[in-house]
Amino acid sequence: MTPNPPRSHAPIFWGLFGAGGMLSALFGPMLVLITGVLVPLGLLLPPDYMSYPRMLAFAQNWIGKEFLFFVISLFAWHAAHRIFYSLHDVGVHAGPVARLLCYGAALVVTLVVGGSLLAIGW
Amino acid sequence: MRKPYVRPMTRWWRRDPYFVRYMWREATALAVAAYAVVLTVGVWRLAQGQAAFDGWLQALRSWPSIVFHLVLLAAMVIHAVSWFEIMPKTMPMLFVDGERVPAATITRAGLVTAVAAALALFALAWMLKP
Repeated sequence: MTPNPPRSHAPIFWGLFGAGGMLSALFGPMLVLITGVLVPLGLLLPPDYMSYPRMLAFAQNWIGKEFLFFVISLFAWHAAHRIFYSLHDVGVHAGPVARLLCYGAALVVTLVVGGSLLAIGW
Repeated sequence: MRKPYVRPMTRWWRRDPYFVRYMWREATALAVAAYAVVLTVGVWRLAQGQAAFDGWLQALRSWPSIVFHLVLLAAMVIHAVSWFEIMPKTMPMLFVDGERVPAATITRAGLVTAVAAALALFALAWMLKP
């Protein structure tokens, strides 16, 4: 046996899948309800709840920045991993191209969110 | 030459309700992905200034968007429930006093945690009201 067998990178993607899955299971339904239904309709929360100055202040705050970065990017990595492993079930060959498209999309989301949050500043 | 019989594999999952549940569970990833994209566009527009961000807010107020988010909400609930249903199989075996913790207990604890997390998030959002 070789002393240092090549290590698989699979646990990293499995870990991101698990973290994103847990985060979206705990907070996904309420986040969608707040940002997509309650605030736009002005139900329970005021319609100007997500106004530009408020969201800018939220994104400039350290806690708000980290919340946005981890929620959005982990949701993306969770979905990418799950969609990639479901491709075979719907008759699509899960080859290198599919892998690049799935994980590449999650990487694009991560870079766009990270870059935007850096541009917004502190 | 005889043509060999190939069992058709299209919509194989319709053969068994267990597979149908599996496919619904896996399909929730599309909703999680769609919501991540919606929020990504929001953060991107936020970085571009008020006019850009107001356009995103305006789009969220349209009826197609509201209906779309209601569909996403339903999918997120299916995701959350199924996530804790399969958790006894995806997590390492759990023992208390030498007895294995039953799967139903793990699922129930997960669902209670999810409801508590959702309520806590709403309470936090409520406290941050202008």
